[in-house]
This record gives sequence, C-alpha cells and structure tokens, in this order.
Amino acid sequence: MLKPEIKNYVTPKHIRDYPTGPSFEAGHLVSINAGWRTFKPVVDINVCTGCYQCYLLCSDGAISKTDNKKIEFDYSFCKGCGVCAHECSFNAISMVKEELAK
Amino acid sequence: MKTQMSKQKVFISGDEAVALGVRLARPHVISAYPITPQTIVVERLSEMVEDGSLKARYIHVESEHSAMSAAMGASAVGARAFTATSSQGLLYMAEGMHYASGGRMPIVMMNANRSLALPWSIFGDHRDSLSMLDSGWIQVYVEDAQEALDMTIQAFRIAEDAAVLTPFMINLDGFILTHTYEIVDIPDQSKVDSFLPVFKTPNKMSLEKPKSMGFSTSPADNMEFKYQQHKAMLDAKDIIHSVDNKFGEIFGRSYGGMLDSYYCEDADYVLVTAGSVTGTARIAVDNLRSRGIKAGLIKLRYLRPFPDEELRAAAGDVKAIGVLDKDISFGYEGTIFTNVNSALAHLSIRHVSINFIAGLGGRDISIKDIEGIYQDLEEAVTVGKDKSFAKVRYVNMGVEIDG
Amino acid sequence: MVDIKKITAKNMTDKEFFFGHKACAGCGGSLAVRLAMKVFGEKTFAALPAGCMSAVGFIFPQMAFLNNAIISTFPGTGSMLSGMRAGLDALGFHDTHVVGFAGDGGTADIGLQALSGAIDRRDRIIYICYDNEAYMNTGVQKSGLTPYGTKTTTSPAGKNLSGAVTHKKNLFEIIAAHDIAYAATASVGYPQDYLNKLSKAARVKGTSYIHIYATCPTGWGISTETSVSLAKEAVDCGLWYLAEYENSTFKINRKLTKPELLKEHLLKQGRFKHLKDEDIKVIESERDRKWAQMMEKWG
Repeated sequence: MLKPEIKNYVTPKHIRDYPTGPSFEAGHLVSINAGWRTFKPVVDINVCTGCYQCYLLCSDGAISKTDNKKIEFDYSFCKGCGVCAHECSFNAISMVKEELAK
Repeated sequence: MKTQMSKQKVFISGDEAVALGVRLARPHVISAYPITPQTIVVERLSEMVEDGSLKARYIHVESEHSAMSAAMGASAVGARAFTATSSQGLLYMAEGMHYASGGRMPIVMMNANRSLALPWSIFGDHRDSLSMLDSGWIQVYVEDAQEALDMTIQAFRIAEDAAVLTPFMINLDGFILTHTYEIVDIPDQSKVDSFLPVFKTPNKMSLEKPKSMGFSTSPADNMEFKYQQHKAMLDAKDIIHSVDNKFGEIFGRSYGGMLDSYYCEDADYVLVTAGSVTGTARIAVDNLRSRGIKAGLIKLRYLRPFPDEELRAAAGDVKAIGVLDKDISFGYEGTIFTNVNSALAHLSIRHVSINFIAGLGGRDISIKDIEGIYQDLEEAVTVGKDKSFAKVRYVNMGVEIDG
Repeated sequence: MVDIKKITAKNMTDKEFFFGHKACAGCGGSLAVRLAMKVFGEKTFAALPAGCMSAVGFIFPQMAFLNNAIISTFPGTGSMLSGMRAGLDALGFHDTHVVGFAGDGGTADIGLQALSGAIDRRDRIIYICYDNEAYMNTGVQKSGLTPYGTKTTTSPAGKNLSGAVTHKKNLFEIIAAHDIAYAATASVGYPQDYLNKLSKAARVKGTSYIHIYATCPTGWGISTETSVSLAKEAVDCGLWYLAEYENSTFKINRKLTKPELLKEHLLKQGRFKHLKDEDIKVIESERDRKWAQMMEKWG
C-alpha cells in the first residue's frame, strides 16, 4: 500500500464494535479533503519536466509521479494551497477556479 | 537481599518486598524518579539491573511526569512496565494517570502513601492516592510486606488480563510499611513464571499491524470509550477474585479478593480500614472480643473497583459502622467514608455510621485509639437514636477543638 | 565514512506515511512530518504531543499515519520516546526508528524538561520540532519561540505594545549545550537541506534533534501558496539560519545572502504588518548581533 486508503467504515452499533481503548488501525481514512479547494492545480504535461519539486513540496502528498516521468494530482486529497504552482520553475502548473475547471 | 534467613524466608522492608516482587514479575522497562519513602524500591531495582539479576531497562527519568510518560511509551510498544512514586510525585503524574488508564495501558505502580504539602510532611496518610481515586487506576492497599510482594505479582496478572487492561496501583503506607522490616516468604521464580504469563496485548503498536494510538474522539464517540473503560474496571472484580484464588493454589496464600473481614459474622460494631492500620485494629478487635464486645473489622483491600456488594454482605447485620480515614476531603468528610456510605445506602436498613479521621501526616494510631473508636460506635447506638451525634470525628488530635 | 546515497525528490519512496490529514492548506508543519516519514520509513514509531499534527492526524476514525504513531502528553514527548525506545530494545526491535514530532510550544516550553532528560540519557531517538512560532492549534498564542514583534492572540499589537516583547528563545543552542550527538536547524524552504539532515539523524547512534522552520499560513497571515517561498526567504534574510551541531562542533550551512530583504519579508506577513520602522530596527539589530556571533563562533 503506497498510501492510506479510504475505508468503508461502519458506525459502531454495539460497544464491542469499538476498539479496546483509543488504539486503531493505522492509515484508516474515512473522508477526503477535496471540498476544501477553491482553486485546483492543473498541470500542462507538455511543459512539465518531471523535476518533482511540486511532488517534494506538497504538504498533503497529493501529487504522484507517473510512469512517463510527469506528475498527476490526487484531487481527492489536494486542498488547493497552490504551493505546487507557485514553486514550479517552468510554470507548468496553473490554479484554476473549481467551477471553471469542471 | 543480604539478610537471608532460609532459602525462601527473608527479613526485609516493605519497599524491598515490592522490589523483589517486581523482579519476579520480569518487567521489560522500569522508569522512576526518586521520592521519599519510595526510594528503596528504585534503589534495589537499579541494583538488580546492575547485577544482571533483573533483565530490564531502567530509565532514569527527570520527573514523575516523565516516569509515567516513559512507562506509557514502553507499554504502547507491548513492553511490561513498572514505576513507583509517592505523594507530590503522584500528583505530578496526575496527567499521565488518567492518560494511562484511558489508553488501557496495564502499567503497574507502587505508591508509598504519604501526606501532601502544604505543610510539607514526608510521613504517611492516604491523601495522595485518594486524590487519584477517579483516575481510572485499580487501587489496592496492603497491610504488610508479604501482601506487598504478593500483590506486586498479582497486579501484573490482573492489569494485563484481556478483560481488564487497566493500570494498577499498589499502595503501601509510607514508613509504616515501606521502611518496616518483616519476615517475608519469597515465591519461587518458576512458580511465578507459571502464574504470570508473558505480557500479550492487542492494544499495542506492531510492525505487522501498525496502530494509531492515543487518538482523539468527537462527542459522537468519546462517551463510549469512557463507558468501556468503566466496564473494564467493573469486570476487574471477577478477575481479582480468580487471580487471588489461583495465587492461593500455587503459593498457599490468598487475601480474600476485594476485602478481608475479621470477626464480622456476629459483629455488632464494625470498623472499616485500609492499609497497615488494619494490623493494629486486629489487635484491638482481639482485645474487645476477650472482653465480650462483639467487634468486627473490614479491611477494604481495593478502593477501585469498589467492593460495594462485598461490603453489604459483610456488614449487613451490624448495629454501627465506623470508617477510619487517613484522609479528609476538605469541606465534607473522609473519602472512604463517602464511598462506604454510598454502598450501604442500597441496604434496606439504615446503619449508624461514623467517620474517624486519623493518622493525617503520620500521626500515630494506637490500639487504644481504635478501642476508643469501638466505644464511640457503641455509645452512638445507645445514645444516638435520640440525640444527634458527630458524624465526623478526629482521632488523637493534639489539642482541643470546638464543635 | 560510508558513502550514503542522497535522498532526493527523484529517488525518495513513493510511499506516503502522513496522508489524508486535516492540516490547513499550505501547512509547513505537515510538510515537515511528511518528508521526515518518507526518509525514516515504515519501521518508525512516532509520538506527537498535543499540537497541530496530532490534532489533524488522529481524529477517530480518520487516522492519517500509515506507520505506528501515538499522541503523547503535551509535556511528555521526550520521555514517551525514551519509553518506546526502551520497550522496543527490550523486545528485540533494534532496527527501528523512534521519532517525535512536536511544535514550538511543545518543545521549547512545556516539553523542554522531558526532551532535556531524553538527550541527557543519550537515548537513540529522533526529535523533530516543527516551529511555526506560536501555539497555532489553540488559536495562535505566543510561545517561547515567537519572535519579537509578532502579533498573536496573547501578544496583541496596540497602542502600547508592538506584539511579542521578547526575542525567540535560542533553543538550538540549548539543545546543543547537552552535547547531543546530532542537532540541526532546517527550513521547509530548503527541502533538500532538510532531507540531508533527516538522513543524518536516521543514522545517528545517540539522540538527534532537528528544528525545522515551518510556515503557518493561517497563523502568520500569508497566502497559502507562499508557504515554501516565505520559509526560504526567512533564511535568506537571516531571520532563520541553517546550521548543524555534531562532534561537539557547530557549523553554519548557509551564509546570510539577502539581508536587505528583511523589511519586505516581514511586511508580507499579517502578523508583522503593524511593525513600525523602530520595531523593525530592533529585529534587524538582533539579527545582526546573532549572525555576527554565529559567524565568529561557528563560521
């Protein structure tokens, strides 16, 4: 597993459905962060050089490397901070307003 | 220990008995900070680690807060952990106390009961541990050095039981027990090993199944975790009984589980005690019985979980109950008294009950003092039906007080 | 010295160990934790005291750490790490990392005693302080690492005072004064330098400490996209510095390059917008004193 994954969490019905004390499976995600965004990053693959500075600097780990040595965004977890676009030395990433990006 | 009498009998202090009990329980990690009158425990343990007779990591922490914090760290990775403290040190641990019980970490701790500042006093009373009664720890109060050693071994087994997973505090009266020498029978290591299995808990970090521990909850889940913690403490009662019985089978000594009663079967007047003063009270009861007075005694061994049913069974038919508290909850009464009355309130009959505040800051409690307590109980029954009587009394005050 | 391959953006693991957390957009602290975990790997046991990273990473049933992690008491990170190390060693798990991630308040104020104890014991633990210069999780209150002139919710700027009235506690040297095996300062604005220091810390036999300057867009009043560039600028204009302490010796990793940027750098941030020229002079002269001393002693 490269990243924690969204789990199908069932709300406990009985006290025994809870873990014993505050001790739970690591990397257990039940919600995404996409709703936080106003702007979303969009990469121009033709301009991207695969330097991976954006990947390095993403607080949310929402950028991954692709097989063709470019990058792609995990829009479920990108919060739209814009660091990737701001730090890209090649201006390969632009921040696009959510409504317009659809 | 140097003063060896025979292969198994040694002449040692209560603190040393705890240290020997800890060694027999084979903890992985010991973290402790020195405070009188606990110091001998940690001195002996560090000697045992030094000479190799105890294969544990001894962490020299810089405070009691860190003693508990380190013990929790060890417990969180699945290690058996022990610490010891007293008085101000216990208070400094207060945050960790609630943390460890909420985290369901079965840490075992010895507390040398000692007065709380101010005024400063290194001598004994129960105000330190009783102030931690709500911290979610199992609390046992022992009467002598043998019980101290035996309960140290039992403590790990009870705390680590899958149904319990709750930290355990063994209380020894400061100086009266910690520094008094008695003959103690040392159990055989192989028997202890068969009694106390290797520590296993689902509640730990592991490389195979990584865990997020000590997490936060929203109001939607918090109450369930607190209920679960409470339930585990209640369920600990059965485990306490079965572990004590099992201990008796293997070692030939058991302690009656939640409480120990003495001449209660036909008693008119019962005194409720905790800790070392019970030994003095036993002599007072013997004296009174020889004079034809039907005196009885209940030693509360555990204060959490509280032996409410056991108390009702043992004291259901008496005329009056006295509760000796080496403690006072300022503005009300002794904490043990409050707890005892709450248990008795569920009986159909209403008892005469009187609280005797005694032994604060190490004040002596003599056999004569205790005989006087029984006399007070007798008078309250005969006089108190018509007249009001003082519900809270102070034993052996050095000066006169009003009211 | 064994030649160890440098960890870079290109060769680092694709695994994410701190993911799905609820930190604010552009959070420097979560970047510091994410990168550290990518260097330390899955055999890492982490402890985090009360603070932003514990608050955003452990909200039942949403658990953002993929590796073993626990929230410690606020004052007890250092000692909990010691207990974890001792427990793991006693159980035979020597080939593991025990790492703490604590904020500036959790490190320099309430957690200092336990941290000092852990360093004093030479325990093999790694302690990362993500310094966002105030108690951010509770709503931007002043800590011992809040610099002079900072407006926080407990050091307001008004008619009488220009925000915080004391300079930042010199924590790096306090830590080094323990003669710790390895200590370093870093900035999320210089990520490669940070990665190198993390790699070094992972190899140290005793205690290691990294103090990383971690921007907080929410608490600092800056736009989220400038989070990294501002942390770089802080180093360039000398308000923060990149240094190391090992073998009982200090070393400056990067000289002061753009001292003239100071005023512009400060006034970009909401927390410093109120500063008058005389306040900026105080900050400037403290910076110059500090740098003169560092260059003389460590340069």
